[in-house]
Amino acid sequence: MKGSTRNLLVGVAYVVLLGGLLWLAQSTLNNYYLRILAVIGINIILTVSLNLTNGFTGDFSLGIAAFMAIGAYTAALLSLPVAMKTASFPGLPEWLQGIAAPFLPATIAGGLLAAGVAALVGVPVLRLRGHYLAVATLGLMVIVRIVANNWQDVTRGARGINGLPPVSNIWWTFGWAVITIYVVWMIVNSPYGRAMIGVREDWLAAQARGVRLLRTRMLAFTISAFFAGVAGALWAHLITAITPSSFSFVITFNIVVMLVVGGMGSITGSVLGAVLLTLLPEGLRQVETALASGGAPVYGLSQIIIALLAALVMIFRRQGLFGGKELRLPGMVERE
Amino acid sequence: MLRIEGLTVAYGGIEAVRGVSLDVVEGELVTIVGNNGAGKTTTLMAISGVAPIRSGRIVINGEETTRLAPHAIVARGVAHCPEGRLVFGRLTVHENLRLGAYQRKDGASVRQDIDRVYALFPRLLERRTQLAGTLSGGEQQMLAIGRALMSRPRLLMLDEPSLGLAPLIVQRIFGVIRQLHAEGVTILLVEQNAHLALTVADRAYVLETGEVRLAGAAKELIDNPEVRKAYLSQ
Repeated sequence: MKGSTRNLLVGVAYVVLLGGLLWLAQSTLNNYYLRILAVIGINIILTVSLNLTNGFTGDFSLGIAAFMAIGAYTAALLSLPVAMKTASFPGLPEWLQGIAAPFLPATIAGGLLAAGVAALVGVPVLRLRGHYLAVATLGLMVIVRIVANNWQDVTRGARGINGLPPVSNIWWTFGWAVITIYVVWMIVNSPYGRAMIGVREDWLAAQARGVRLLRTRMLAFTISAFFAGVAGALWAHLITAITPSSFSFVITFNIVVMLVVGGMGSITGSVLGAVLLTLLPEGLRQVETALASGGAPVYGLSQIIIALLAALVMIFRRQGLFGGKELRLPGMVERE
Repeated sequence: MLRIEGLTVAYGGIEAVRGVSLDVVEGELVTIVGNNGAGKTTTLMAISGVAPIRSGRIVINGEETTRLAPHAIVARGVAHCPEGRLVFGRLTVHENLRLGAYQRKDGASVRQDIDRVYALFPRLLERRTQLAGTLSGGEQQMLAIGRALMSRPRLLMLDEPSLGLAPLIVQRIFGVIRQLHAEGVTILLVEQNAHLALTVADRAYVLETGEVRLAGAAKELIDNPEVRKAYLSQ
């Protein structure tokens, strides 16, 4: 059997296993834990897709919250029930008022719009590299937020959008997480992925071998934005209420920490980073309240510990837990 | 094969190359020698389309390529093996070679060419699954040349292949350069080690502060008193 066929079959087996575990979780855990689980799925999507730009291509983008916001608002506006739209959004164009899209197409539309915006801003922004690119993408986040705050007819400004259908759950978020992992893994192991890594390792040598820099980086940037948009849509329909301030720098920071702690340039590292750093704050939050026995709970402790953890990883293991390597799942074979 | 007319390249206000003209005929091994900062590397970068050309013309196989993008120049058969090797450190040896063939769609013959590179440099075969960043300097140079060959170039440009390598390794690398030349590959070689370059080349250009100072058959230049004094320290 060819290695790739074998890996595909083993991969399918793992997905079935994951499905079984999710089913078990669904039937035993309470809503609180199911919500955390769903958030883990969303964070996996965000971290793995961010890895494509920041880890593999070497373009340190901080635009993730902006793309999430675009995906969340787009999907929300599509999926809201018609009655709510007419009541809360009198200024919305008529064609949009008349539809209440199912969750899947709304999610995909959110991803596509985020990718479209990425393609648009990518042309000027991807002329920059390194720190300059990071700052420029940070600017994008500010712009999106200001637009969301002031485009009253469509976003209801700072009041946000409430009462979204609560359709998001572990099945959706993990389903999309599996798709994200599969897509990113396929890209990374294709000539396009090698070109991305080549751009990261040495742009001059990559160019001298015929790699088109802008096109390669753009591909990573837009695909990453697509999945960030999808994650935004999933998140919006999990929380069921969004405001412009939902998509702040804190989200970007958290995802970047997950990526860095897991190890940039490693998909398994991203997954592990996302799982660990979603569970850890939840666990620490319980410590916060437990410490409250004498007086008020020690709020903020978990954030401080996460930030410290990030700093420690930077000092002692800068390459992250996985250091760019992949953990090969049992049963899978090395690809050529 | 390659013709350059009055090439001027400037970084900001500083002209690194000033009115350089040179040509390379099919099958030739031509070398550009000169001191640090003479404009050798910049000339190669201009041919590859990655240096800011102010004026002049570059013609490859009868087609002007002066303003073409780097990938289009690669597509026209130019392979640039850059100074300092610049291998993709966190890709394996094998992946480096495959990325070398990035523009090719003929999978089967790409595999054949990879085998050819391994035959040329058996050391690379031993290290095929190793990350390129962990190779020795000499092995990295072999990989850089092999990677350049993977696009089946009509013109191979080598920038300082002897840089920082032990004499024995340099000999081996230049043995391969001779072999490629004998097989009919057209080569443009930039070297600081003028003596070595002049012994393998058919013709040579001597660059000084961005201008062509001397040009001629390598055999004659090696005996030219001016060259001997300035570049061969004899």
